[in-house]
Amino acid sequence: MTWLLVALGAAVGAPLRYLTDRAVQSRHESAFPWGTFTVNAVACLVLGATAGAAVSTELYALLGTGLCGALSTYSTFSYETLRLAETGRWPLAAANAVASVLVGTGALVLGAELAGVVRG
Amino acid sequence: MARGAERPYGRERAVTSSGGGRDEPVPIDPDVDLHVPAQRAETAGAHVLLVLAAVAAGGIIGALARYAAVRAWPGDPASAPLVTLGINVLGSFLIGVLMVPVAEGHGRRTPHPLLRPFAGTGVLGGFTTFSAYALDARDLLERGEGAAAFGYVAGTLLGSLGAVWAAVTLTRRVFGRPGAGR
Repeated sequence: MTWLLVALGAAVGAPLRYLTDRAVQSRHESAFPWGTFTVNAVACLVLGATAGAAVSTELYALLGTGLCGALSTYSTFSYETLRLAETGRWPLAAANAVASVLVGTGALVLGAELAGVVRG
Repeated sequence: MARGAERPYGRERAVTSSGGGRDEPVPIDPDVDLHVPAQRAETAGAHVLLVLAAVAAGGIIGALARYAAVRAWPGDPASAPLVTLGINVLGSFLIGVLMVPVAEGHGRRTPHPLLRPFAGTGVLGGFTTFSAYALDARDLLERGEGAAAFGYVAGTLLGSLGAVWAAVTLTRRVFGRPGAGR
């Protein structure tokens, strides 16, 4: 059952990353990979809230492992950072690495705090 | 590929073996990069459903593989989450291998237009995770293991960047010059 829920979450999360990435890029002409940056931050926020809300194993499989896992990506982040560096945009590459880690972790903590406030 | 859209990675888009310069349309974003005309056009008409289905199918495969790995090696909760670290480093290596023929015009044949959405955006995107990485880091910090948290964050970052660099470098060497043999 949990396998099915992970699959279901991923079936939504992966296309959602693709569509969000497109939407962000089409509104934002920049070499900085804002699309991936955005989905990773949003996924961290949602995962933080999911973990903070202490949901059931099933709901965690669906939202945490499946949805957030597929919505966020490390492989794309790595490739983008490499491409920025090898096209000479070292400051953007460094900014992407540092900001992704800081904003991702910050969004996760924020999500967990918000879930804690809602739970009371 | 939608009818009437530009050819994906034609001869005129050949890039240098060093990975191309600023003005060449080698994508920065491997999921989808709107600077590449073929990728900008891939949601045109009914084709969008095919692309989204390929991404979803790949995402399911990648996420289940990650879930299987985490269940197979649950790990000691007191230690750094090495399985997630391994997944992210391996996924970064594999996207480097994939993107050289798929996005850079290396290799003899033009890759299938659904290969990138399926294998890159879907499978590898679903397999690797940034959110679990952030959660692991926070959990280590919350347990007062600051050094382990820093080691985990920096280790994943350096390991993944090293892996994608090594993969791209090696694969470019194997495939030779972009567009060769077409």
